[in-house]
Amino acid sequence: MKIKFWGVRGSIPSPGPKTLRYGGNTTCITVETDDDNLIILDAGTGIHGLAQTLLKRLPVTCSVFISHTHWDHIQGLPFFIPFFIPKNKIHIYGAFDPVYDRSIKDILGRQMEYCYFPVREAELKADIEYTTLRERQTVEIGSAKVTNILMNHPVLNFGYKIECNGKSLFFTGDNEPLYNIYTPDHDYHEEYEDLITDKNAALIDFMRGVDVLIADSAYTVQEYPAKKGWGHGTFDSCIDLAKKAETKSLYFTHHEPLRSDDDLDALYRRLQEQYSNDSDMPQYAVAHEGLEIEL
Amino acid sequence: MGIKRQEIADMVEKMPAFPRSVHRVLDLASDINSDPKDLVEVIEHDPVMILKILKLVNSAYFGLSQKITSVNHAVVYIGLNTVKNLALSTAAIGTLPRKNEAGFDMDAFLLHSLSTASIAKLFTKKMNIQSKEAFDFFLSGLLHDFGKVVFAHFLPGEFQKALLIAKEKGISLFEAENEIFNIDHTEVGSLLAEKWQLPSNLIEALKSHHCLEGDRLLVTDVVSASNRISKELKIGHSGNDLVEKLPIEIIGRFGNDIDGIVDALGDVKAEIDKALIFINL
Repeated sequence: MKIKFWGVRGSIPSPGPKTLRYGGNTTCITVETDDDNLIILDAGTGIHGLAQTLLKRLPVTCSVFISHTHWDHIQGLPFFIPFFIPKNKIHIYGAFDPVYDRSIKDILGRQMEYCYFPVREAELKADIEYTTLRERQTVEIGSAKVTNILMNHPVLNFGYKIECNGKSLFFTGDNEPLYNIYTPDHDYHEEYEDLITDKNAALIDFMRGVDVLIADSAYTVQEYPAKKGWGHGTFDSCIDLAKKAETKSLYFTHHEPLRSDDDLDALYRRLQEQYSNDSDMPQYAVAHEGLEIEL
Repeated sequence: MGIKRQEIADMVEKMPAFPRSVHRVLDLASDINSDPKDLVEVIEHDPVMILKILKLVNSAYFGLSQKITSVNHAVVYIGLNTVKNLALSTAAIGTLPRKNEAGFDMDAFLLHSLSTASIAKLFTKKMNIQSKEAFDFFLSGLLHDFGKVVFAHFLPGEFQKALLIAKEKGISLFEAENEIFNIDHTEVGSLLAEKWQLPSNLIEALKSHHCLEGDRLLVTDVVSASNRISKELKIGHSGNDLVEKLPIEIIGRFGNDIDGIVDALGDVKAEIDKALIFINL
């Protein structure tokens, strides 16, 4: 299994001299399985760079799993060149929209409507298939199994687990750890706490022991209080998740758009100081565009 | 006239919620700093909103190992913003008119539903039923007469006839409904709950709160008793002045008749007032 990051930024692309090393594109990750199947996790602007490389290996067959449909995770999709070329086969998977009762095809088709994009979805030349996933539905891509679980974000967001030949990866998509909305004196406090405990236990169970955890660490603990409820985690909440699920490694992603390369380096150094003597700490790295992991 | 069971669920999909909660949801949703627990409270005091949200989270789409019966559980499971937007989309349908051709007072109905729910909750406190399960009792009380709103909103002319028949003959409204629609509110409520895959004890409580046959669940008897207590105390109105006597089976279960149960429950009115705060704007 080969994993590669094509976009590591959250919210909005952030090009410029301060983001040259980690990169300014929004979320896109590829997983190439041992039997050469290509799985793409999210279609942020990073997918554009990926598309350029795929032009050398036409026709392309790939599966795109969308964690959720906020802009930074789908914005690159209309610019995914393989869409425009006949004989390519692209299968797109994602959650439905429970509020307006729309399928993943309808949601994504909208961003290619007349007002937003010059080419309509119906005009794309590739063979495109859509599947709206149920929670915990497993999809088999060659020898790989892709299963999802609901995370906590202001829209339905699937975390995806990919398992192939005894190796495994879990990608959180965007995720904020659950917190109690009731103060301890409220009648509902204890019940809510139990509900959180149950859901957290189910998540830990789902991702236990994966080789690679790729997690949303948009904020630092210091920044978090002002961003509570926005749907993102912190470096520390990702470490907590990785330790509880006993993952073998942890990659921080979804970097804040204003976070410079130097800022990310400094955060990494701080983690090194803080966790140097912690034997429970998995191997970890701050994800950057172009980073490859081979399992 | 008969009513096609298939049509009932379609009708309720498009059904608006009660005016006070719709306004409150719109208010809360327009304030980015609103307190999440206020939203939960509003939803769980409106039979239409809570039913629609529970319908979604219990659908086959989600890989739940257990059914969800509380708004809090829905919030933990699908997230606060999704619950908020579901409530908003219900609010966007409009508001359930306070007056209808049937002459059925929706405000009084809501008071009856909420007071029945509150009394059922008081039962769970006295019986030391755990908080997770206790909400099922509250919810069963809140939704026990849901079928009546469906009749009043969608079939007001016929429902008016049923209300009249019940009054003139001095019979229960569900009996009069059966004469007119060939189905009654207990069946409508349980049919919706069943179709939308809600928990089985809730379905049973909605179905059997006027029925004494077979093995009765505790929740069914609690709702039956709470319903009668609410009527006896004249809080709100369920469409019929007749207060059926508490059946001997229920008296046996609680070891008391209505007066005795009310005494044992303690401050019933205070509990009901707590529930009514959320709809008094």
